[in-house]
Amino acid sequence: MRVLLVDDSGTMRNIQKRVLAALGQVEIAEAGDGVEALSQIASSPQPFNLILIDWNMPNMDGHALVLRIREKDKVTPLIMVTTEAEKSRIIAAIKAGVNNYVVKPFTPQSLLERVQQTLEKKLAA
Amino acid sequence: MQATQNSETAINPKLIVPFVNSVRSVFSTMVGTETMLDRPHIKAQPAPTYDVSSIIGFSGDVIGSVVVSFQRSAAEKLVEAFAGAPIPFESPDFADAIGELANMIAGGAKQHLGKMATLTMPNVILGQGHMITRLSDVPCIVIPCRTAVGAFAVEVSVKQLASAEVNTLQKEEA
Repeated sequence: MRVLLVDDSGTMRNIQKRVLAALGQVEIAEAGDGVEALSQIASSPQPFNLILIDWNMPNMDGHALVLRIREKDKVTPLIMVTTEAEKSRIIAAIKAGVNNYVVKPFTPQSLLERVQQTLEKKLAA
Repeated sequence: MQATQNSETAINPKLIVPFVNSVRSVFSTMVGTETMLDRPHIKAQPAPTYDVSSIIGFSGDVIGSVVVSFQRSAAEKLVEAFAGAPIPFESPDFADAIGELANMIAGGAKQHLGKMATLTMPNVILGQGHMITRLSDVPCIVIPCRTAVGAFAVEVSVKQLASAEVNTLQKEEA
């Protein structure tokens, strides 16, 4: 499985990597903002199976990134992982096309459950 | 004595409680450390409480800034617990981890302030004696925090704008 982690904090990407290791063999790619993420997606030899996206990032934020990804790709599961917890933000993210939403701070278990739930829904679809 | 009474009446619990709850949540969930909080007080000096500080700005219906300021030794141990491995103090990753902790504290509080606000990216300052300029008409309230590995403080200097003030600011920006 190939996962792209998009977060401007390297510490947060490392924490997510450790959580995702519980899924077994996972190939992880990383991006520090939306622009870098689009470049990774465009140059990737195989599509990603899952993308975790922070909201607040320099250059291109997570909401704009989700909109850009969904212009061409309606199927790759996207999970927003962010400190933005207001209902209006969650609704905006869902409207933009995220499949799931995780609010920071999170426990490893809660992030893992949300990831598994998202992947299971994708398999069932 | 008069100054103390004025300070205490100037502390608005509606602004402070969201930060208190957010600090507890971030450190127990992401760092695995319980945080004990002492009585908040008004701060007069512009210098942050400790040596390692992250500052995050608020804009929108809430304006101002929040500084999370750590004792260096506490910062090193808390970052290690947060990141899962020790990170050298001089490394950019150290500042990144401090900034992310501050980001989660500010973000967690923001949702309970009852207004729409936007946060700036965290800036991190390492070293003794640095100064931070805040809005002159907004008091800075210090929430002293203790953990098993040392102390830190959350310095809240934000105010909620009335709708008319927000409209005026938006017109000025336009």
